[in-house]
Amino acid sequence: MAQEGTLSIKGIFEEAGNQVLFMFRFFRNIFRFNFEWNELIRQCYMIGYKSFPLVAITGFIVGFVMTLQAEPTMKEFGAESYIPRMVAVSLIREICPVIIALICAGKMASGIGAELGSMKVTEQVEAMEVSGANPIQYLVVTRILACIFMVPLLTILAEGLGMAGSYSAVNISGHVSPTLFFNKAFSSVAFGDLLPSFIKTVFFGYAIGFVGCYKGYNSDRGTESVGVAANSAVVNASLWIIVIDGIAVQITNALGY
Amino acid sequence: MSQEKITDEKVSESGPVIEIRSLAKSFGSNEVLKNINLDLNKEENLVVLGKSGTGKSVTIKCIVGLLTQDKGTVKVFGEEVAVLSEDDLKALRVRIGFLFQSGALYDSMTVRENLEFPLRRVLMLKDKAEIDTRVTEILEGAGLPEAIDKTPSELSGGMRKRIGLARTMILKPEIMLYDEPTTGLDPITSKEISELIQSMKKNYHVSSIIITHDIACAKIVADRVLVMAKGEIVAEGSYDELEHSKDEFVNSFFK
Ligand SMILES: Nc1ncnc2c1ncn2[C@@H]1O[C@H](COP(=O)(O)OP(=O)(O)O)[C@@H](O)[C@H]1O
Ligand SMILES: [Mg+2]
Repeated sequence: MAQEGTLSIKGIFEEAGNQVLFMFRFFRNIFRFNFEWNELIRQCYMIGYKSFPLVAITGFIVGFVMTLQAEPTMKEFGAESYIPRMVAVSLIREICPVIIALICAGKMASGIGAELGSMKVTEQVEAMEVSGANPIQYLVVTRILACIFMVPLLTILAEGLGMAGSYSAVNISGHVSPTLFFNKAFSSVAFGDLLPSFIKTVFFGYAIGFVGCYKGYNSDRGTESVGVAANSAVVNASLWIIVIDGIAVQITNALGY
Repeated sequence: MSQEKITDEKVSESGPVIEIRSLAKSFGSNEVLKNINLDLNKEENLVVLGKSGTGKSVTIKCIVGLLTQDKGTVKVFGEEVAVLSEDDLKALRVRIGFLFQSGALYDSMTVRENLEFPLRRVLMLKDKAEIDTRVTEILEGAGLPEAIDKTPSELSGGMRKRIGLARTMILKPEIMLYDEPTTGLDPITSKEISELIQSMKKNYHVSSIIITHDIACAKIVADRVLVMAKGEIVAEGSYDELEHSKDEFVNSFFK
């Protein structure tokens, strides 16, 4: 593993190689029989449900604030009626996926990194391995899959609440009927907005789970490495989210969505 | 701890169950093991003494393939550990019990779940009744039936060690590797654990390596004692022989 702060070429390649190997182990272990369904559900609960309040509040406020800020300008151009559309499209295509993914990186990746890191430090992972059980299957596969399922779900939820936030903001300055508002909003949202954004969030979820598990599972010995694992999990997961987003934008543009 | 007699198919050949030859292991520039030679005979309690940091834990981690040596060979039941396939290594690990220095209980699970873990995920048992019986049985053997629904954070150090031991025993291993089983425990608990180790050999014919600094424990359990220093074995003999050794370093452990 490359040491924090020292970026040698050899270190980078070693790290990349280790990550690829880890990814390989993850994929190989998904398809084992004796899948840990109960643990997967428990992780979905721990990882997803526990992030729900944070995500919900964020989604609502983002929609609310965005609308408030856009309103004066839109008014100037006499384009207030475009607000629902504009908010819906930008929330769904870009803002919610990225913001929610970054929040999840902060909450999930750090949590997973710290949890697996402390299990590693206290020899729990080794104990599992040495008993003949499969820690990758039990600890890693379930957590990565839980992130893959929960991040897109939470994003959709945030998008919905973002629209509700936007509606509340519009209502501050004058009454707009909800039917009209949401009709306008959703009539402008096309399949081409939804699908690429959804696929993107699946990759965000994967990145969050993978980086969290990788950093935690490969943390060094010694208690201070738990903090290091959690911290570098957040940093790396956030970075991956930005990179994936950049790539996704290129792909959707190239495909003409 | 209650356990049926272990059936041995592969161990029936005489010869040592563990055979380590010229084992060397470094971490970066830290040369931890230089040249370790060690045999564990069937139904023997082998005590390894040594100051902390001399690589005792590293040695037994090489035996179960948690670490891979740089040089030398480690054979368990006649099979070389480092070259085993993943499935064979797993099969071998089921036959070896490993008690970690810390107990290594799974924090996020209750005692019951800790004990069920190897049954469900290693032996792949599904039958709830059978799992329950085995868990209750082993907990009673460990003398802690009331701890069943507690989490590890609610247990004392000695209780954690016992549960850790119970979790290992539940798979009925043929070889036990104890990493400092009595360190940090009061003398009474230490003595109980030592007697537990001794009874494993007597009742279940387990062969064990016991790493310890605790000379009282060594006295109770040892059939043979090795002294390790600076990555090598520096003395070997029965407890009595080493106790009266002329060598000052060896002697220092017995004071
Ligand atoms: N996984 C590891 N990575 C790096 N160094 C290690 C590792 N395991 C042990 N060491 C080092 O090896 C030396 C011996 O450790 P250990 O076998 O735990 O000693 P002890 O004899 O007290 O059990 C120590 O200096 C320790 O820092
Ligand atoms: Mg040790």
